[in-house]
Amino acid sequence: MSRKVPQEKYENTFSYKFKRWLEGYKDPFLDTLEMKSQKAFHEDEEITRLHDEDKEQHLRQLYDIEHNAEVRIFAGIYKVFSVLFCIFLVMMLLIAVSALPPFGEAGNPVNNEVSERYIENGLQETGAVNIVTGMILDYRAFDTLGESHVLFIATCTVLILLRADTKRDREYGEANDRSHEPKNDVILQTAARILVPPIFIFGIYVILAGHLGPGGGFSGGAVIGAGLILYLNAFGFAKTEKFFTAKTYRRMSFGALACYSIAKSYSFYTGANHIESIIPLGNPGAILSSGLILLLNICVGIVVAGTMYTFYVMFRKGGY
Amino acid sequence: MNVNHLLHNYPEAVAVILFGIGFSNLLLQKNLIKKIVGLNIMDTATYLFLALKGYIDGRKAPVAADGIQNVEAYINPIPSGLVLTGIVVSVSVTALMLSLTIRLYRRYHTLDLDKISILLRKEGK
Repeated sequence: MSRKVPQEKYENTFSYKFKRWLEGYKDPFLDTLEMKSQKAFHEDEEITRLHDEDKEQHLRQLYDIEHNAEVRIFAGIYKVFSVLFCIFLVMMLLIAVSALPPFGEAGNPVNNEVSERYIENGLQETGAVNIVTGMILDYRAFDTLGESHVLFIATCTVLILLRADTKRDREYGEANDRSHEPKNDVILQTAARILVPPIFIFGIYVILAGHLGPGGGFSGGAVIGAGLILYLNAFGFAKTEKFFTAKTYRRMSFGALACYSIAKSYSFYTGANHIESIIPLGNPGAILSSGLILLLNICVGIVVAGTMYTFYVMFRKGGY
Repeated sequence: MNVNHLLHNYPEAVAVILFGIGFSNLLLQKNLIKKIVGLNIMDTATYLFLALKGYIDGRKAPVAADGIQNVEAYINPIPSGLVLTGIVVSVSVTALMLSLTIRLYRRYHTLDLDKISILLRKEGK
């Protein structure tokens, strides 16, 4: 028999506060930061009038493009100089290319002991058959974590710039959405019904087989994102909102990035302290092998798929 | 400048020329979307150059499916990983630039950079 916790007690718990923070109900700056409103700057009216007049006259002379010879001359000079600069740059780079070591030869300084080590010991140390995957998700996993964060931050910035946050914006977006295209196109819907499931299955295959052959989280995630966009185009927002909203995206990205960070922290901790990791590398070539790489690929795939879809939704309507 | 070396390194020369095309596009176009297209051409030229640096004649992609672990068998895997990083960053930067362009278009109703800067000055900012 479970006992019901009173509301006040529940509101003091950490999980309640964390949930509120995660869902964005609580503004951490409210009631905690001291803020002081600034007074508006007032200038003497006479001075402002003179200033404006002066500026207007100046602008009228400067931006009367049809009759301003200086602007036309400047535009011409700009074009000539940019062409000259590009030619100069390409010539300099071509001279540099002619001094580079010969193309496609094994003895070039690029092919040094680092790549030798990755190829010779990669299979034993990471357990991944695909050496590039083993490199980017094991030897250089910090780099890939940064990449996922770059994608996530780019989505956040696009959200800030394009989200329809006022009612007027939202109505405008709804009215303009699909004004040049037919809604409920039968050809598109039939094609999407046939194509979307194989696209999803192919994307999942590419993610899951990232350590066995060409593929991985980034490419597979992009495939799944493309499938989601096709589905949205065919069936409209009413259907996709049933399973993918802004909240879903936030939870998915947060979960995937947190999972990635925790998994990688564990392997960095064990690696730095010379402790044997409890995660087995498995039999190379099997689907459940190569330690953490499969999990990391899935995390990256989730982040990329959500990001692609969110970019599309934001550019199209400014909201889910 | 040794022309024979340049002819032997012709794939890299192509990458450099592509970079120049993208850069001139970035400088000469007035339309903001076309400028972004130019920047993407420059990105692609860089990936081409990086991928070419890792290529070795007659060798295979670094997937050790048959258990061969000899350096002589595979191309250099490092530039492939770096290209992946570059692609992700360029996707993010392109999305950011396009969203800024949308904001500019909503405010000034034009994509011409010259017209936007004139309107900006006329507003007194």
